[in-house]
Amino acid sequence: MPAPPPIAIDRLVKVYKTIPAVDGISFTLQQGSTTGLLGGNGAGKTTTIATIMGLTIPTLGRVTVLGAEMPRERYRVLQRMNFESPYVAMPMRLTVRQNLTVFGMLYGVTDLPHRIEQLGHELDLTDLLDRQTGKLSDGQKTRVALAKGLINAPELLLLDEPTASLDPDTADWVRGRLERYRIERNATLLIASHNMTEVERLCDRIIIMKRGRIEDDDTPAKLLARYGRRTLEEVFLDVARGRALEAAQ
Amino acid sequence: MTFGGDSALAFAPRRCGAMMLRYWYLLRSSWPRLLDLVYWPTVQMITWGFLQFYIMQNAGFFARAGGTFIGAVLLWDILFRGQLGFSISFMEEMWARNIGNLMMSPLRPPEFITALMVMSIVRLAVGVIPVTLLSIAFFGFNLYALGLALAAFFVNLMLTSWAVGIFVSGLVLRNGLGAENLAWSIMFLFMPLTCVYYPVTTLPTWLQPVSWLLPPTYVFEGMRALLIDRTFRADLMLDALALNVVFFAAGVFAFLKLLQSARRHGSLLQTGE
Repeated sequence: MPAPPPIAIDRLVKVYKTIPAVDGISFTLQQGSTTGLLGGNGAGKTTTIATIMGLTIPTLGRVTVLGAEMPRERYRVLQRMNFESPYVAMPMRLTVRQNLTVFGMLYGVTDLPHRIEQLGHELDLTDLLDRQTGKLSDGQKTRVALAKGLINAPELLLLDEPTASLDPDTADWVRGRLERYRIERNATLLIASHNMTEVERLCDRIIIMKRGRIEDDDTPAKLLARYGRRTLEEVFLDVARGRALEAAQ
Repeated sequence: MTFGGDSALAFAPRRCGAMMLRYWYLLRSSWPRLLDLVYWPTVQMITWGFLQFYIMQNAGFFARAGGTFIGAVLLWDILFRGQLGFSISFMEEMWARNIGNLMMSPLRPPEFITALMVMSIVRLAVGVIPVTLLSIAFFGFNLYALGLALAAFFVNLMLTSWAVGIFVSGLVLRNGLGAENLAWSIMFLFMPLTCVYYPVTTLPTWLQPVSWLLPPTYVFEGMRALLIDRTFRADLMLDALALNVVFFAAGVFAFLKLLQSARRHGSLLQTGE
């Protein structure tokens, strides 16, 4: 029997009170792929990711992650996935090592001290492991958040603006690290981002959302060709400003 | 090792231990947090202790009822600090904006709740044990001389404090930090009704049945029976325990419902005010 897709979303609707945050979207991700979820503020990206993580209950539709229906069967698969966002903080008073120890234990990581040392080495955190998380720079905190996201070597990694507040050099380094991780583990990555350079470099597929719906969904090359644009930023602006149809035609 | 498979009610000691470790790291890293645990119980005990000293010199009844006030203060502190210890550990996650990380991790509600309960005992021990020793030094009142009765009082008070703490945490999870004040104030609703410093018969007749619906009332009545009449009222402790089972079950049920409601309303994404 083939392995279930990492993410399968079927006609997902999420309404908060009377406002639809997500309005009937469907997509399936293939194992080992990197998909960019693009959209302006309020497009429904965060709600989509939250539903995939089991943080919200769909109003309608079905979300399946690694074969488990979310959020009902989330405990079957939460150990195999993880999430990284510079906008979700980690306890500031704890040292980096303490934070990684706690999350490693929550995710049932075996040989945790070794895993922490390994991540420290891979993410250039070795010298920071015994420093308080709150006293690190934004860029260092982002790397710590990434270490937390990778602590359980997840098959499915969801990222929200993974390189926000990083300088171009560090951001590029993080992108390289994510790319390597995907190849080494055949992991699936879903990235919500506003950074078109990042999306262009990392993603083999792009889903553009607007007002809770999927406006377009294709490979970067096909999107560029269809809209007759040279950069994804121009494509994004076409969609965001309602020029999608005319540009695509 | 996990008990209960993939269910939301499964329990893994390792995950529970991870949360206890997290709170222990936090407590250890901050001396103001440690000082805060001891400060108010000490001030309370000393204030009420001197008041009792004064009354004992002037009234024959209270001269016989030695330790009633200090005993009440110390037991009240177990109830109040037990709930506060539970709620503050929970609130640390909200203040740190870490609740999202926890809710998308494999941590189950029973593991989270158990870790918070254990930490409330740790915080209580740090705060109240030194105060009980001070009360021996200052006023010659030895809480531990209550022996087995103290254990019965403690178990019942802790169960109530956890039930209230679990309920309040659910409210904060559902409504955000706007509901934070409840954690600090809700137990004070119990103070007049549970008759901490006076017998239930002091209350108006119509209010007495309400008072008897609250488990701590039985504990404070039991303490007075022990200190004034030198009688251990096992019947009161059993009644309190039965009520506590209901309170605790209701607290857990409410927490799970509020958590589900938070998932429905997207509150876990917006954990601010």
